Amino acid sequence: MARIDLKGLRHSYLPNPTTDADYALKQVDLVWEDGGAYALLGPSGCGKTTLLNIISGLLCPSEGSILFDGVEVNDKSPEERQIAQVFQFPVVYDTMTVYDNLAFPLRNRGVPESQVDARVRAIADMTDLTDMLNNKAAGLTADGKQKISLGRGLVREDVNVVMFDEPLTVIDPHLKWKLRSKLKELHQRVRVTMIYVTHDQTEALTFADNVVVMHEGWVVQQGTPVELFERPGHTFVGHFIGSPGMNLMPCELADGGARVSGHQIDIARKIAQPKAGAKLELGVRPEFVTFVDPDRADGLPVDIVSVRDTGRNRIVETDFAGHKVRALVAEGMPVPERRAAIRFDPTYTQIYADSWIVE
Amino acid sequence: MSAKTTNQRAWLLVAPVVVLVAFNAIIPLMTVVNYSVQETFGDNLFFFEGMKWFEEVLSSERFHASLLRQLQFTFIILAIEVPLGVAIALAMPRKGFWASVCLVLMAMPLLIPWNVVGAMWNIFALPDIGLLGKTLNAMGFDYNFTRQPFSAWATLIAMDVWHWTSLVVLLAYAGLSSIPDAYYQAARIDGASAWAVFRYIQLPKLKHVLTIAVLLRFMDSFNIYTEPFVLTGGGPGNSTTLLSLDLVKIALGQFDLGPAAAMSLIYFLIILLFSWIFYTLMTRGEAK
Amino acid sequence: MSTRRTASFKWLVPFVYIVFLMLPIYWLLNMSFKTTNEILGTFSLFPQEFTLENYRAIFTDPTWYNGYINSLIYVCINTLISVTVALPAAYAFSRYRFLGDKHLFFWLLTNRMAPAAVFALPFFQLYSAMNLFDTHIAVALAHCLFNIPLAVWILEGFMSGVPKELDETAYIDGYPFWKFFTKIFLPTIAAGIGVAAFFCFMFSWVELLLAKTLTSVDAKPIAAVMTRTASSSGYELGLLAAAGTLTMVPGAIVIFFVRNYIAKGFALGRV
Repeated sequence: MARIDLKGLRHSYLPNPTTDADYALKQVDLVWEDGGAYALLGPSGCGKTTLLNIISGLLCPSEGSILFDGVEVNDKSPEERQIAQVFQFPVVYDTMTVYDNLAFPLRNRGVPESQVDARVRAIADMTDLTDMLNNKAAGLTADGKQKISLGRGLVREDVNVVMFDEPLTVIDPHLKWKLRSKLKELHQRVRVTMIYVTHDQTEALTFADNVVVMHEGWVVQQGTPVELFERPGHTFVGHFIGSPGMNLMPCELADGGARVSGHQIDIARKIAQPKAGAKLELGVRPEFVTFVDPDRADGLPVDIVSVRDTGRNRIVETDFAGHKVRALVAEGMPVPERRAAIRFDPTYTQIYADSWIVE
Repeated sequence: MSAKTTNQRAWLLVAPVVVLVAFNAIIPLMTVVNYSVQETFGDNLFFFEGMKWFEEVLSSERFHASLLRQLQFTFIILAIEVPLGVAIALAMPRKGFWASVCLVLMAMPLLIPWNVVGAMWNIFALPDIGLLGKTLNAMGFDYNFTRQPFSAWATLIAMDVWHWTSLVVLLAYAGLSSIPDAYYQAARIDGASAWAVFRYIQLPKLKHVLTIAVLLRFMDSFNIYTEPFVLTGGGPGNSTTLLSLDLVKIALGQFDLGPAAAMSLIYFLIILLFSWIFYTLMTRGEAK
Repeated sequence: MSTRRTASFKWLVPFVYIVFLMLPIYWLLNMSFKTTNEILGTFSLFPQEFTLENYRAIFTDPTWYNGYINSLIYVCINTLISVTVALPAAYAFSRYRFLGDKHLFFWLLTNRMAPAAVFALPFFQLYSAMNLFDTHIAVALAHCLFNIPLAVWILEGFMSGVPKELDETAYIDGYPFWKFFTKIFLPTIAAGIGVAAFFCFMFSWVELLLAKTLTSVDAKPIAAVMTRTASSSGYELGLLAAAGTLTMVPGAIVIFFVRNYIAKGFALGRV
């Protein structure tokens, strides 16, 4: 068990990187506390697998250092780092039985056979593999094989961290949900640090206590699911998390609030002065846009463009002075016909300068 | 994999292949069968002899001797080429420029006409003008493949290893290339030793291509004719007279068509039988 | 991947093997630039009196250079025939189930096992009876015996790797079969066709027994010219070495073009 610090990590797959564009990881500074359940969230190609491989020791970073409990492990091999990793596609040793597959990481480290047996049976029980322990691994279905991979990742008790690289990609949707709750439950039982890499926000938000969002090689935000939702640190987080994503529109600052196409918009908290010349944007989630009486003074006049029913609520797309603004209206609440006015909740209205939040 | 549909009209697509191969396989095979049961004294006079030639061939010491030599040869080259080919493929760079260089250079011997292979090894190994022969003799070995059966055998095997190991390398390399990186990464994290990686990851993935390699090398080594014919001509004495060499000697040298035909059929059946045994043994337990 | 670096001498294995492969080739090349006198008289690692005379002899004597032309002609015809007829057959094996399909596939493969020595004499009689003796087409047809099964085998492997949905989409889009096959399917498996053609070329180019049996003058392959010249005009080793060296050229060119696909060819084929 260990606390993991990543300091000034940069990585490029090219031999002589020069510009930022050559780096797959541009700048990463992170702290993973011991025993936490973390998710690393981002679209394909954002650098999350690279970061994972650097932590596990499969890759050596171009710059920066990795510390396990304050000790630098840059030059240590995956074996020496005492970590476990589960890959996107199931990796099983086809010629072995399920039992031998689960026992493999333990036997390689010379664990006595009696302990191996106890451990394998415990893990098989957790992952529902008990009935198949004596089957050849080759005959299993994709999700059976992935359960073996998960089991192999969890079988060792002395690991510093268990990492999952999009482990549910090949799993059927109904089993996905089951396995995900299983993982969450396992984490609560064994309390080992777990890092879960995914591009699926639902997976990340349900599994993790703390989510790290990556975008084009940068860590754009680290926080709890609620923080990511209520206060996206970067416009990318705003539109990547949430469905539909955050509304964004160009703005300028005036009178302690913001001004969008001549309309004054209130912001609850006091914000710092952004860097001169930065591109300013106002962001508000559809959940925090409400319809108000069109004659109210602080209402923003809009035209209704379309209404889409998603079941639980309706997504109303409006046109506000040429900007597309979406509002989420709960089932049963009225949606105005044509002329309408909206209001942004000042607590959850954010200002972004060059895509980063203005504190 | 989606299931195949049943469609008898598919025979139309297969027909040209069947016609061409049947033309080349069935008519000559029938000719051989025809000869194998008759006696001829020239002038197109034939007499039916039944199983006589088969009995004669099967009980002849000459046939036993060439068959034994053939089996020895095939066994030795399989025992050398398969492990060696796998070892080389394992040590080869997996991708990139150097992998291409290795593949191109290694494939060279496969594309040299077989008599040129024989001729090349002949002038390479000759004790008076060949690099190999001269070097071995200078090092104090008494080496002369035209006179000593042991030297002849060693040269024949070295030549075949030179000629065909690359085929095993190419196959094994193809098999290894199909293993995803994640397997190696998982093995490192699981703390697997190099031997465990070979035993539990690489070898299982190589099984399929190695089956092909063993089958191909078996068939081709059993059929080998041109290279030993040019290199040693079957000599010294009959020491390197393999089945094909003997067969051609009987058929064309002595014009004993009956025994030659009977021998051909027995020979062909042996190859079929062994191939079938290899195939069943190596694919056993692989059934879905 | 820039994993941790450990000093490794693994490269020595392929290196030593390649050196072993190159030694006889180097010796052949070395001899091809020597005069017969020098070959028989002195032992040297490099030609003392460097000469191109052997090559000049080959390029000026029609029996020699016609040998190359003959070989190339029948090899190309064979490759063309083998791949052309193997394509629809491989498609049938990879897509349809039909009466006797498995037996047929196995029977085709058994022909790959047939010893050429067994067939030499009957082939001679068959092709003589058809008045095809000593023609390029005879050799090209005879080589189909082992090349067609091989081509079907390799192509079937590649085609099985193409999802069936591709065919179905084309039918739904209203493509007639032949148009789908030539316009969509063939380009998809272009690599497979290349590999199959490579192996057909290779096995037809290196085979001598049948080629020699079926020809005498007009279609005589280079390999056969070599054996005859070597025995009839004494021991002209330099000439032999030069001719041998030249037989490696077409192969080397072909390998270079398909270097990235060679390994795949067999990996995708099935037993």
